[in-house]
Amino acid sequence: MTAAATTVAGDAGPERPPERDDGWEMVVGLEVHCELATSTKLFCGCPNAFGDEPNTNVCPVCLGLPGSLPVLNRQAVELAMRVGTALQSEIRPSVFARKNYFYPDMPKDYQVSQYDEPLNAGGWLDLPDGTRIGVTRAHMEEDTGKTTHRHSVGAQSPGTSGRIHGADHSLVDYNRAGVPLVEIVSEPDIRSSEQAQAYVNELRAILVATGASDARMEEGSLRIDANVSVRRVGDTGFGTRAEIKNLNSVRSLRRAVEHERARQVALLEAGGKVVQETRHWNEAEGATSSMRSKEEAFDYRYFPEPDLVPLVPDREWVSAVAADLPALPSHRRAALAAKAGVAPADVALVVDQGLDRLVEAAIDAGADPRLALARAANEVAADITAGLALDPAAFTALLRMESERKVTATQAKQVLAALMADGGDPVEIAAALGFEALADDVLESAVESAIAAHPREWERLAGGDPKLTGFFVGKVMAATGGRADGRAVTAALRARLP
Amino acid sequence: MAATAEEIAEAVRSGARTAADVVDEHLSRIAEREGELHAFNLVLGDEARAAAARVDESVAAGRDPGPLAGVPVAVKDNLCTRGIPTTCSSRILEHWVPPYDATVVARLLGAGAVIVGKTNLDEFAMGSSTENSAFGPTRNPHDPMRVPGGSSGGSAAAVAAGFAPLALGSDTGGSIRQPAALCGVVGAKPTYGMVSRYGLIAFASSLDQVGPFAANVADTALLLEVIAGHDPADSTSIPGPSPRSGDLRGAVDEGVDGLRIGVVTELADGADADVSARLDEAVGALEAAGAKVDEASVPAAVHGLSAYYLLAPAEASSNLARYDGVRYGLRVDGPDVSEMNHLTRTAGFGNEVKRRIMLGTYALSAGYYDAYYGQAQRVRTLIIRDFDAAYASHDLLLSPTAPTTAFPLGAKTADPLTMYLSDVCTIPSNLAGHPAVSVPYGTGDDGLPVGVQVMAPALGEHAMFRAAGALERNRR
Repeated sequence: MTAAATTVAGDAGPERPPERDDGWEMVVGLEVHCELATSTKLFCGCPNAFGDEPNTNVCPVCLGLPGSLPVLNRQAVELAMRVGTALQSEIRPSVFARKNYFYPDMPKDYQVSQYDEPLNAGGWLDLPDGTRIGVTRAHMEEDTGKTTHRHSVGAQSPGTSGRIHGADHSLVDYNRAGVPLVEIVSEPDIRSSEQAQAYVNELRAILVATGASDARMEEGSLRIDANVSVRRVGDTGFGTRAEIKNLNSVRSLRRAVEHERARQVALLEAGGKVVQETRHWNEAEGATSSMRSKEEAFDYRYFPEPDLVPLVPDREWVSAVAADLPALPSHRRAALAAKAGVAPADVALVVDQGLDRLVEAAIDAGADPRLALARAANEVAADITAGLALDPAAFTALLRMESERKVTATQAKQVLAALMADGGDPVEIAAALGFEALADDVLESAVESAIAAHPREWERLAGGDPKLTGFFVGKVMAATGGRADGRAVTAALRARLP
Repeated sequence: MAATAEEIAEAVRSGARTAADVVDEHLSRIAEREGELHAFNLVLGDEARAAAARVDESVAAGRDPGPLAGVPVAVKDNLCTRGIPTTCSSRILEHWVPPYDATVVARLLGAGAVIVGKTNLDEFAMGSSTENSAFGPTRNPHDPMRVPGGSSGGSAAAVAAGFAPLALGSDTGGSIRQPAALCGVVGAKPTYGMVSRYGLIAFASSLDQVGPFAANVADTALLLEVIAGHDPADSTSIPGPSPRSGDLRGAVDEGVDGLRIGVVTELADGADADVSARLDEAVGALEAAGAKVDEASVPAAVHGLSAYYLLAPAEASSNLARYDGVRYGLRVDGPDVSEMNHLTRTAGFGNEVKRRIMLGTYALSAGYYDAYYGQAQRVRTLIIRDFDAAYASHDLLLSPTAPTTAFPLGAKTADPLTMYLSDVCTIPSNLAGHPAVSVPYGTGDDGLPVGVQVMAPALGEHAMFRAAGALERNRR
């Protein structure tokens, strides 16, 4: 497999949903919550850090102590504006609102969020295959704390009296409370689990490229809610949707969306109705289950947050953010694809890994584009830390040696590994490894000897069985200690065929 | 006549008198009458003596302790004081000790003031008589069978009884001005954003403002100068420099020559006859002092009370959600978190607080939001517009502070709506975010104090204190 066949990266396994033609289409909209990579929290000076000792990064403000007041973090606004700019949103004057509901990990029992006047309105995101997914909004809000539910061990455990023996209890860590988030809400433009996955991967790449977030799903800095409905292929209206909460990996997202599609289709085909509700994804069971229906849904009683003033980014600030924005993955894909003469989807992995500058430099210096892409996507990407430090000139020189057949593909990979490990000059490395191109006469005589030693196999090859090519290439390789170029051996064999 | 805050500070700064002596004098007055009046939730005798000793050390070392050197101050018990219980007169915060000082408290301490106690209030500042305190009512020093007004009734009573020459209160719908009027002291609500709300336990955030009480206008201006000014910890605090030191205090003696003052007919009409009579006399006094007084109209002000009783409870329902038993304050255990929340709040809040939480929750509910909260916000906009129109031809506006003098304890507790009407004249300034001050002006037929309210446009404190000073000097 070469880079050309690799379109997406991420933690999704190779499993693919079964091909279907059951007459149903899924409609998916995603809400992605992303923690912003600020140094401090959204409304106070506490560190925004993952993995610290519980309840150490807290103060009166993020604990919601009586009398405390929020002060908006400028860096958080700037990162949120970067996200909006990258998603082609309109950056607008916005208002924070309170979303009221009781939950022990929310210190004020309301969440400060943006409701009807978000910072970033509208926009879109282009998937590597060219599909455009609309973005409804990307608004700012504060994260909640984290609750851990525990079971008391028994009467002996400290702090457990006989009366509450065996009782469940919960511990709350407020380090995450008040960490800035952007919630990116997509339009219901997604039509398959693969697209859902591609959307999240692309969004993640944008968040990382803009420096807005580290987007680490395993640390919870990216969390996804999926709104899923189904409809008959050809219908233009939308079916009743279910919202699946808190998916914390791309794999969960894909499985949950597939499962939900199947559940809704089965329900509808049996003459039932989909209920608008919030559903929970159980990773172990591979199924969603109902959390609460529309009737039981919270009434959040949104109203403008009176402790904050409207956020009105001035024009200079908006322009400065736009001017400061690095090239986005879609632009980088387009640029590299144009340079390499391939489709944008064919360079997705290389761009995703940040190797596009290396490949572009090699192509600019005259390297074969496809070879450069293949080596970058496979060998270089395999050790990305070393790969990103690779000297473009040395990489280009090695590609040229391979194109000019001064080293074989196998040898080129070994030289590349040495280059990535220790640096140096590829010519010298090849010489030190004894990779000098085999003289033509040595190769020719090795081919002759192999044919002479295996007359029956030669007869079958000559009789038109192509599988025997590999057999002879192997023999010649063995005889030359791997120094022969496979393509040259094949050519020499072909020249001898009747 | 007790020494004014200004006189005390001057005496302490010059070494003519020690802060220790000043504090002892006030603590002994407290010891005499506090049992009868219940102005305080907590008297800070030892802390006050220690603070006074530090002030005296500063003076002895040649350092200036500040403009309030050695001046005793009573602080409303909804302002956070580090290491000292801050209860909001609620069971739910009965044993809560804040780990930080409110900005205004820090500024008091920075100015050399000595905090003598935390004053009683209607629970979470919700009320007009201080009868809604979970710890029992405060009584009016002029007649202990009567209420001191509220919600800052403890602060007003403390100043009226001579427990402290100065006090801090908070004013959401009149909670400084109305008790000031009923207790015969001066109380001012500054422009919204002039004084930091950081550390003021929120009732209705868009209306709450901390302000000063004093026995006279000059001390009121002095205290406001100390606590006013931008605070980066409060996003709604007005940016820019504080009022120049001495600017407000200076205004008090400036006179009212040439000021155009309008009596707001909509607010003057509903007052008792004796209160109206004092207002008329106040008008005469201002005219005699050189002001030009006529009638003014703020038509939307009549809707102020209705709008206020939707907006303030709406914000309160959200502000008070955090008292859930999880992190601090009262907890009543239950079989699960939701039940624990429920039991805690049922036991921890009094009836008026519960009434307002329910009212506010309803006003914000899906399907009702626009008809209640939305409509109330539109009324608020109209009131601001009508004030703007009135201020186009007037520098200041005048009204009674409260429609009546102090009423007997228990007279209005059975009927919340009657109680709410006590704030009809003070609420419009909160809705507009404008400053207003209540100045004592004579007594009613019952011999109890009457207050006159001077209102000003946003940041109009200077002119407001000019008129307040003139009223005080020209009292009959």
